[in-house]
Amino acid sequence: MKEESDFPKLVSAGADAVIVYLGEGISVSVNQRVLAAVKAVKEQLSDVVLDLVPSYNSLMVYYNVLNIDEPEIRERLRKALADLSSDTNELSGKLHRIPVLYDESVGPDLARIADMNNCSVDDVIKTHTEQTYRVHAMGFAPGFAYLGEVSEKIRTPRLDNPRKRITAGSVAVAENQTAVYPSASPGGWNIIGRTSTQLYDPSSGTISPLNVGDEVEFYAVSKEQFIEEGGDTEALS
Amino acid sequence: MMRIIEPGMRSAVQDFGRFGYLSKGLTRGGPMDEHAFLWANRLLSNHFNAAQIEITLGGFEVEFDRDCQCAVTGADVQLTLDDEVLNTWQNFKVRAGQRLKMGYASAGVRAYLAVQGGFQVEPKWGSCATVTRDSVGGLHGDGSFLKAGDELSFNEQNYQVSRRVGWAYRSDYQKTPVIGLIPGFQYDAFPMSAREAFCYEDYEVTKDSDRMGIRLSGKALEYNGEGLVSEGVNVGSVQVPANGQPIIMMNDRQTLGGYPKLGTINPFDLGRLAQCQPGQTVRFTRIEGKVAQQQLRRFYQFFNVRLACQADDNLRS
Repeated sequence: MKEESDFPKLVSAGADAVIVYLGEGISVSVNQRVLAAVKAVKEQLSDVVLDLVPSYNSLMVYYNVLNIDEPEIRERLRKALADLSSDTNELSGKLHRIPVLYDESVGPDLARIADMNNCSVDDVIKTHTEQTYRVHAMGFAPGFAYLGEVSEKIRTPRLDNPRKRITAGSVAVAENQTAVYPSASPGGWNIIGRTSTQLYDPSSGTISPLNVGDEVEFYAVSKEQFIEEGGDTEALS
Repeated sequence: MMRIIEPGMRSAVQDFGRFGYLSKGLTRGGPMDEHAFLWANRLLSNHFNAAQIEITLGGFEVEFDRDCQCAVTGADVQLTLDDEVLNTWQNFKVRAGQRLKMGYASAGVRAYLAVQGGFQVEPKWGSCATVTRDSVGGLHGDGSFLKAGDELSFNEQNYQVSRRVGWAYRSDYQKTPVIGLIPGFQYDAFPMSAREAFCYEDYEVTKDSDRMGIRLSGKALEYNGEGLVSEGVNVGSVQVPANGQPIIMMNDRQTLGGYPKLGTINPFDLGRLAQCQPGQTVRFTRIEGKVAQQQLRRFYQFFNVRLACQADDNLRS
């Protein structure tokens, strides 16, 4: 196990990027430090930074090579990250509430999760909606947010045979993570429902409002409400 | 206007790419071979970011309904304007009604067709770069490839004198390229044998390569380090999955990934790598980040490239 003093650790990520490691593994406290790093870099290096990609325990910093070289940005990053804010209140993200139709027609793995965890489908829904999740990372596909942590009561491994096509808006669970598929894609997570909230739609210019560090809660809606809000009821098998 | 007669396999509009949305999971897109792309714009005195068409492996034909000036760079393709044979890597005039035809690439993979003033395509999130996997950009805005009958408009023409790119500035796509690796990411966690194999053994570009990644086959690279938590992946990152066969992440890469990475390819060499046909041999050599960075800076300065974060709000919020 590395000491906390090993972090932040700066490592080359190419001719135009540096990756900053803020700690090891997956935890809220490390992710919180990532968030503090994002804030510090935005405040102090916005003149040279082109893009920032926070993840579970790291922060990728893409910078403008026309304005700054690697030794100089490392120096500025070290300074900016030397004294990361530990005021977690100041850093708390936004809370997003996402409506979900939990129904076996659009959530074909509800029964599988109930079976594997010796509970009822209603218990699965109740457990999934009780928790407040944190956005640990965003990526894989546009608008895809990795949310943790799912209660031990309903943790379920990925499917052995991933589905070839999952409908956009599908709400999914895999082990200790949950997520919404922003667009139709293949995938191996367990599908438990569907939201009418759009998280990625290039034609209307919609991109997920979620950011790393934000919080997400899911709440159950009726089929009528779901349809009223423009939800797609096409069954998924 | 320019109308597509024969679209080829995967022809699509590209500008320099979509910047500033990586944190939302949107990848950059943009030309796989920046060198060829930037030369095509320069031959026409275009802005470096003017939209062009990236044509994969040739087999492409278009018709113009007005006079204009164009340039084709990149892959070695036979180029004809009606019956006249033209050279690539030079600008040329087109008269209304003429057809420009491109044969299949004899060497190299990607050709770039630029028009003076650039193709006028509505940007999505600051760029018209086509990214199929993100369903964004391109002529129709949805990431689709060009198809027969598609029409692309372009601005008023302002003719340039004849120009061509000297041989000294062009790559020989048939030669085995030597590509620079900037050690980084988990480099120190790879055993010496893997680090040496990558830089001393030959690798072959496989047919599964695409705009997401150039897949290589050769000596498997071992990795005994710890499992990785998903983290940022740069264009050019050398990802090593469990089978040990490296994948060089390209313009349409995922923004996050959980495989260990040896480092990142010198951006200056990436275009050359993008021009390797399946089966072609490539070699890698270590290069210092500082050297690669100086090279990149000179390259961008030469072509008047200006880098800016398009999602300014994203960075400020």
